[in-house]
Amino acid sequence: MADVTTNMRRPSPAHASGPKPRRAFSRKNIMIYSILFVLAVYYLLPFYVMLMTSLKGLAEIRTGNIFAPPMEITFEPWAKAWATVCTGLNCDGLSRGFWNSVKITVPSVFFSIAVASVNGYALSMWRFKGANVFFTILIIGAFIPYQVMIYPIVVLLREIGLYGNLGGLVLVHTVFGMPILTLLFRNYFSSVPEELFKAARVDGARFWTIYFKIMLPMAVPIFVVAVILQTTAIWNDFLFGVIYTRPENYPMTVQLNNIVNSVTGVKEYNVNMAATLLSGVVPLTIYFLSGKLFVRGIAAGAVKG
Amino acid sequence: MQPSVSIQNLKLDFGSVSVLRDLNLDIGQGEFLVLLGSSGCGKSTLLNCIAGLLEPTEGSIHINGNNVTWSEPSDRGIGMVFQSYALYPQMTVEGNLSFGLKNARMPKDEIKTRVARAAEVLQIEPLLKRKPAALSGGQRQRVAIGRALVRDVDVFLFDEPLSNLDAKLRADLRVEIKRLHQTLENTMIYVTHDQVEAMTLADRIAIMKGGVVMQLDTPDVIYNKPANKYVADFIGSPSMNFFDTVLTTADGPQVSIAGKDVSLAGYDFTRPGVSGDVWFGIRPEHILTGEMAGAAPTQFEVRAELAEPMGAETLVWSSLDGTALRFRVDGQMKITPGDALLIGFDPARASIFDKVEELRI
Repeated sequence: MADVTTNMRRPSPAHASGPKPRRAFSRKNIMIYSILFVLAVYYLLPFYVMLMTSLKGLAEIRTGNIFAPPMEITFEPWAKAWATVCTGLNCDGLSRGFWNSVKITVPSVFFSIAVASVNGYALSMWRFKGANVFFTILIIGAFIPYQVMIYPIVVLLREIGLYGNLGGLVLVHTVFGMPILTLLFRNYFSSVPEELFKAARVDGARFWTIYFKIMLPMAVPIFVVAVILQTTAIWNDFLFGVIYTRPENYPMTVQLNNIVNSVTGVKEYNVNMAATLLSGVVPLTIYFLSGKLFVRGIAAGAVKG
Repeated sequence: MQPSVSIQNLKLDFGSVSVLRDLNLDIGQGEFLVLLGSSGCGKSTLLNCIAGLLEPTEGSIHINGNNVTWSEPSDRGIGMVFQSYALYPQMTVEGNLSFGLKNARMPKDEIKTRVARAAEVLQIEPLLKRKPAALSGGQRQRVAIGRALVRDVDVFLFDEPLSNLDAKLRADLRVEIKRLHQTLENTMIYVTHDQVEAMTLADRIAIMKGGVVMQLDTPDVIYNKPANKYVADFIGSPSMNFFDTVLTTADGPQVSIAGKDVSLAGYDFTRPGVSGDVWFGIRPEHILTGEMAGAAPTQFEVRAELAEPMGAETLVWSSLDGTALRFRVDGQMKITPGDALLIGFDPARASIFDKVEELRI
């Protein structure tokens, strides 16, 4: 009560203005949070089932309820999925696929971003003759379904001698990343004030000096976004991986499919679940570490056409 | 003496839009030339052509006698200052100043000396280690000027350098640019849409419209003897009052305003003997009131319609024979709408333009 009277005598400006504070538990809020909660549970449930199953023994899986937590936790399925499960003739588990995926993803991400950032820079800053035509063709490329190009690319890779090895797959990923990444970088560089570019030219900087000394340091956020986009996309790729490589070079996604879909012997649900979770670790980690940055970058790229 | 910058028959088209049309301009050594015009008149485009940031469609540009029409911006001996400062955000002030010198592969000692000297001239020594984000607008523009200064160029180009600053800072920096010009004695080409900047800074002003130079002359001539109605209207704030009238020469040159014959015996004719329909223009500040009006050769009685007090003076809106009329009175004089006022002016201070081409008579 004492507080109330002091407030009445000397109302502070903070209390005198501004919108009415909202109650945390209004009817509306309760509605919103219940719906969000239900949806979250719905989407998390499969993940929960996978995690629980991967920690159970086969016997328990056969007898038990899929939602029940394991009575006896075992990491055996995880170890087997990683190191010893067989796909075809190879029995060294998902680890082979993991390292293949690393060998595919790292150079693909590097090369696609390196080329696309220079593309975007040249398209937005230098506006050479035919720049618009070039850009239009590139964007049309983004709308053509991949499946249309599968066979021509097989022929192309065979002719240049890259079919079946990692180099060929890296090339394919680099080329297919081009339209969307170029768009991303072009839009970002378009938002850089033109006068900055002009000032650099008056200061005697040429194409590469401006790119490395002026534009690159300013574009770090969009590079992070591009790395996230490309890493998740290439890591999760299945189609190109299965078509353009040989079994010893299969990426993790293809190997996972081969493990899960193998029809001989007993279905080892716990190993399958562990293998699936292992395959998802990299993209999941990236999303968790960079969620905010990811959304911001996508939004930044989308504002300007 | 050969001109510092010489522009010959310069044309520039953006697609089907022609931005600069057959433009010729000679700028003397050490001259301060202001390109003045409203938005879209081609003044910034012209500056960008001189800088080498835009390629002209036709014509040539010479700087100190060398044809630089197709040279790189950095090879032209020009430095440029931009409206948005255009400082490299990731570099310190020192980095910004030395960037151009590093690109020119200048020895490190020389770079240090030059940066130190420029910082001293512009009084930005304490800021050298800071990034642009940590500077105020005025400081940023000083650094931008410094970037042109260190390169020891022949010609300075300014593209509306003060437009992003507040009024007070603008006035300060304007004086500083003028002082800089007096110290360095470089050729300076300065683009602006602010006539105060143009009048105060320029040795000569080029007034542009639609990609053409309407008049190129000293501020004094531009103000007192505008070559055409556009220039007369553009320069001066508030702008000139124009009467639609007829010039007769039968009994000596005279015009008729609000039923009164106004003799033009004292008027300095550019084209004597011309008669016909004309615009008779008189600047608001050349219209006298009170006792001064009583002594003026031509006098009228008008009613005040609106008063805008501005402190030192009051701007009065009125009309004479259906033509809107603006004039200034002393700020101490209290004007209320409806007041009758005696005004007068000396026709010798007027500007007369024919109605066909709107050129000065």
